[in-house]
Amino acid sequence: MTIVTRKVSLTVNGKAVSADVEDRTLLVHLLRDNLGLTGTHVGCDTSQCGACTVHIDGRAVKSCTVLVGQADGSNVTTIEGLAGHNELHPMQAAFRDNHGLQCGYCTPGMIMAAVDMVRRHGGKLDEATVRQELEGNICRCTGYHNIVKSVLDAAGRMEMASAAE
Amino acid sequence: MKADGIGARLARKEDKRFITGKGRYVDDVRVHGMTYAHFVRSPHAHARVKGIDISEAMGRPGVLAVLTGRELVDDKIGNLICGWMVHSKDGSPMKMGAWPAMAPETVRFVGQAVAVVIGETRNQARDGAEAVIVDYEVLPAAADIKAAIAPGAPQLHPEAAGNAVFNWSIGDDKAVDAAMSKAAHKVTFELENNRLIPNAMEPRAALAEYNEAEEHFTLHTTSQNPHVARLVLSAFYNIAQEHKLRVIAPDVGGGFGSKIFIYPEEMVALWASKKVGRPVKWTSDRTEAFLTDAHGRDHLTKATMAFDANHKILALRVDTHANFGAYMSLFSSSVPTYLYATLLSGQYNIPNIYAEVTGVYTNTAPIDAYRGAGRPEASYLLERLIETAARTFKVDPAELRRKNFITSFPHQTPVIMAYDIGDFNASLDAALKEIDYAGFPARKEKAKKEGKLRGIGFSCYIEACGIAPSKAVGSLGAGVGLWESAEVRVNPVGTIEVLTGSHSHGQGHETTFAQVVADRLGIPANQIQIVHGDTDKVQFGMGTYGSRSGAVGISAIVKAMEKVEAKAKKIAAHQLEASESDIVIENGTFKVTGTDRLMPLASVALAAYTGHNLPDGMEPGLKEGAFYDPTNFTFPSGTYVCEVDVDAATGKTSFVDFVAVDDFGRLINPMIVEGQVHGGLVQGIGQALLERAVYDNSGQLVTASYMDYAMPRAEDVPSFKLQHTTTLCPGNPLGIKGCGEAGAIGAPAAVINAITDAIGNNSLEMPATPDRVWHAIQSGRA
Ligand code: FES
Ligand code: FES
Repeated sequence: MTIVTRKVSLTVNGKAVSADVEDRTLLVHLLRDNLGLTGTHVGCDTSQCGACTVHIDGRAVKSCTVLVGQADGSNVTTIEGLAGHNELHPMQAAFRDNHGLQCGYCTPGMIMAAVDMVRRHGGKLDEATVRQELEGNICRCTGYHNIVKSVLDAAGRMEMASAAE
Repeated sequence: MKADGIGARLARKEDKRFITGKGRYVDDVRVHGMTYAHFVRSPHAHARVKGIDISEAMGRPGVLAVLTGRELVDDKIGNLICGWMVHSKDGSPMKMGAWPAMAPETVRFVGQAVAVVIGETRNQARDGAEAVIVDYEVLPAAADIKAAIAPGAPQLHPEAAGNAVFNWSIGDDKAVDAAMSKAAHKVTFELENNRLIPNAMEPRAALAEYNEAEEHFTLHTTSQNPHVARLVLSAFYNIAQEHKLRVIAPDVGGGFGSKIFIYPEEMVALWASKKVGRPVKWTSDRTEAFLTDAHGRDHLTKATMAFDANHKILALRVDTHANFGAYMSLFSSSVPTYLYATLLSGQYNIPNIYAEVTGVYTNTAPIDAYRGAGRPEASYLLERLIETAARTFKVDPAELRRKNFITSFPHQTPVIMAYDIGDFNASLDAALKEIDYAGFPARKEKAKKEGKLRGIGFSCYIEACGIAPSKAVGSLGAGVGLWESAEVRVNPVGTIEVLTGSHSHGQGHETTFAQVVADRLGIPANQIQIVHGDTDKVQFGMGTYGSRSGAVGISAIVKAMEKVEAKAKKIAAHQLEASESDIVIENGTFKVTGTDRLMPLASVALAAYTGHNLPDGMEPGLKEGAFYDPTNFTFPSGTYVCEVDVDAATGKTSFVDFVAVDDFGRLINPMIVEGQVHGGLVQGIGQALLERAVYDNSGQLVTASYMDYAMPRAEDVPSFKLQHTTTLCPGNPLGIKGCGEAGAIGAPAAVINAITDAIGNNSLEMPATPDRVWHAIQSGRA
């Protein structure tokens, strides 16, 4: 019995990639196993922890919930591609400055989800909204206190940056 | 305070790799020729394995091997061990049932492994496992404590009659009886400490490689204590010799106790890598984690506290049944005994204490240490008892506590512990002020007008950390010493590597430990690299758990630093032609005091390594090691107060305010310490409001996913107000007490006391779900 694979092509962190994968392959496994982008994590098998969150065409999506075939032709950004080489996205910097991470396992997913949150809400984010919006991301280490602080801080930084543009 | 030194809120050195996706966890590691393991697990809580048919699985594409428990037996692979001997009060040793890594004959909990399939890919291993046919003869199961101790209950292990692991006691039974008979008041309480599942976000994983030519194994694994893992794997399981096994615990995504233990899967991966001659990777999925990671808590307790007419505590009697699950995990026996009952004096002067603990086997996953480990159970019990007493006596709960506080130190409790220092009034006072306790009645009145039930709840906890003096734990049954090691290597250019036996899996050691060294030498923290988690690099060490890395791990570093500094001073004195006693260390230089003559650290280091001009008889090099054995436990303590609103119509609790005041002794990096408290508090709130592992009567785990097990999410918890009061621990060089577990220990009682205060019904168990709270409101009204 041979394994049936099919070719998919997509853009990941600005680079065109293609791969031969089984139909059942999840996007998260393509990223981790085929492309070596191990910053995207797997924390559950029921699409609830958000450790695998990436951006597909600019929106936060749990990459464990997407078959690679569904992402064919799309534009995917992972934590590795969020900022330029040796640069930090304001959200990444805010997580560091506010101690928004401990073990770091949930962190890439948190950051990707939070970037999308700020995109959708802009400067209108407040603590209650951030907490509500983080519903799909579980962190077992930080108690969320500093994650919420990080997101609010980054929202401010991102707004100032866009106002300056 | 120096910019990078002790007390600085320095941003973490390790963060850059985590926020950019460059962390390196076990599952991120890939090696040439890697294969994948998938386990075949029992769907039954109790069954005899009559046969395993692997023929179909072996025919599946990509399947390289199917291995079963029989082959483990044939290869003389040892059973899993429990490393802490506890004796029953009649003197008999605890009853250990054999725990093979894969069950050859009998399975005793759902999820227990019976076979493993090794495949070329993850999916092929999984497909292969689905094709393994296991013939089970299902046996009746005992799924909880009550079922396991009932007359005629199914027996798990032939060694343990009545499913009793031990019946252990501590304290003076007769003295408690005598004190009780004189008491003016007695408060009796029965409660459950709900069973929890740790849920570190990174699931357990192992990558095992065998080098045939060298007869050498390398194991990457998710461990909080890689050296202990290596010791146990080699000394007890007969898989590899210690010098032929390298254990690496790289970035580890949280542990909370669950990654202390050596589990069957890591063992089997190692063994299988030799059997199949290829590297074997196993990564747990979340369902497997729910089923097989060691669970926590799960006590049933009845306790009586006796008071005199002035409301001073006279005595405490505690009777606890502790669930161990189907097998005795690595440190399980110590948790409901020496880590629990020794803390039953809490912050209070209790002249007489007696506790009896019965360990019980059930057809459920093994139970072992989970954040706090025994101490949350003790704290929750005491703090509910004293709160209940205050309500019975109609006195202020804060004042009843205050009246019974221990105020002079050292204080010997009747249950082993000798508290060295503390100031319980200071943390209580600070908490009362921060929450504006005086204003509470007015706030409650106002909330009432808005249709809310407002409540306030206290928890004054104490815990024993910095585990522990090796001699003391040895006398209590531990199979290991609990010291820590450090090695400080000053490189010829003056940069420094510190090798520590502690392990960081979120605690930020790379920063905190560097701050300690930076502070002593007056150099930037980025000149210092902390190395941990690799048995090939780091000398033997005991790892991280029990809030021990500060009090024990850092103390070892201080000891090694003292030796390095002493040698460096000798070199500087020699070269500067000064007396050794005149050399002081300032801003990274060795200076002759009162002069401007100095040598930078880099010059001293270079001199040490060139060896051209050293004092007569001195060995070249600048590297020192130390093993630090604690002199006592450390005793972090504090007061947590929370204020809640309960919606009477729905039973839903929401937080109005949460204040945590802790005394951790010296803080190295307050930002990191606060982070530890936040995380602990939310695990404690999770236990109080949300989390509960549920097995049905047949032993099926009903809560085996994030759809069924309620993990705290951001919206379920508040932001916190933290404060610190400080009494320095006299037992270690920096006065550190430890901060990792406090939140999880102190929070549950504060939350439940607040809710029961709000609803006016003290009869409420954790987790206080809206459903339970609503029913408590209704029955309280009746
Ligand atoms: S791994 Fe995708 S949500 Fe958990
Ligand atoms: S930082 Fe560890 S899970 Fe969030």
